[in-house]
Amino acid sequence: MIAALIFVIAIAGFLQFFVSYCRSLIAAYERVDLSDQAREVTGISNRHVAGQDFERLLQLVRMCPEPGDDGREIGAVRTYFGLLTIARAAFRKIAPALERRMERERQSCAYFAAVALDRRIAHSRGLMASQLSEH
Amino acid sequence: MLGSVDFVLWMLGAFLPAGVVVCACKGRVFFRYFPLNLYMLAAALLTAGRFVIFWKYGFLSLEYRYFYFYSDAILTICLYFALMGLYSHVFQEMGVNRYLRVGAMLLLALTSWFTWQVLVNSSASFISKTRFVVELSQNLYFVGLVLTYLLWGAVMKLRETRTQVIQLVSALGVYFSAFAANYSLHLLSPGHSTVWTYLPQVLAMWLPLAWAYTFAKVPEEARIATARVAATQGHDQ
Repeated sequence: MIAALIFVIAIAGFLQFFVSYCRSLIAAYERVDLSDQAREVTGISNRHVAGQDFERLLQLVRMCPEPGDDGREIGAVRTYFGLLTIARAAFRKIAPALERRMERERQSCAYFAAVALDRRIAHSRGLMASQLSEH
Repeated sequence: MLGSVDFVLWMLGAFLPAGVVVCACKGRVFFRYFPLNLYMLAAALLTAGRFVIFWKYGFLSLEYRYFYFYSDAILTICLYFALMGLYSHVFQEMGVNRYLRVGAMLLLALTSWFTWQVLVNSSASFISKTRFVVELSQNLYFVGLVLTYLLWGAVMKLRETRTQVIQLVSALGVYFSAFAANYSLHLLSPGHSTVWTYLPQVLAMWLPLAWAYTFAKVPEEARIATARVAATQGHDQ
């Protein structure tokens, strides 16, 4: 009984801290504006990105060469997105307000992926420019 | 016999904490977060020490057992001071650092006294130093868990905006909560299995990875709205 209680409290604490940690990662990306090139590639016209675009954006991110410094952030946010998707499905029938909150959070994750893509495009362009200058 | 997975996990257990110290030095925050770095340095050295003892004397030897439990206690005390270091960052502006230091020492002494009293009043006829160290380590770990939850409450209440501090505290919260969940699951489903062997080692990698990221990537002057990271609040707040 006590072990089950500790487990429930620990899981609640874990989720609380993990959500906060992921939000702190995403928040840094929210202040960044997307470049015109990234908008063109992703088809995003304003700052609003649908939550369902996250996976598509992540696939585009994977196609770009890795700068080697964003893998962990992407991994953490991907796990967070997965948790949000499960929570959103669970709350759909019982608490629509919570479901909307989850969707807003998923949109933040998608924007994060768009900014990560933008950074990788910029990195690829830098690589190409340096290769061209060498030849 | 040490398998390749065990070997890799052991090496990671030594190198990842060392990586945190390197990242802190590179980010020029080594002395700013000295207790955290001291804990990571101790973790790297003691994990390497455990490997040396294991290699020399074997897993079932008395030497390894002693070294494991005593080093675990040292690490828990270091982690406790790292947590207190984070407390002093959060309460920095209130100018209560002296009281925090005294409070931390008192709480440590109280936990030791409580551990001793529990052992004295237990049915065991002989109380060894090792048993005291093991019990103290466990109790201090629990105190650390509760203090981390309280610290997070203070971060929210005082509207802490430093991204580094928020990430360091939340990463520590994830670490403590994951270990508490693992501990309770082990109690619910006792016995030996691969999961119970490797899960704690994998979980232990979270803290050095998260802290290394913070030191390496988050600038000291980065700020974030507290309401934005609170898990119980909406995005638009």
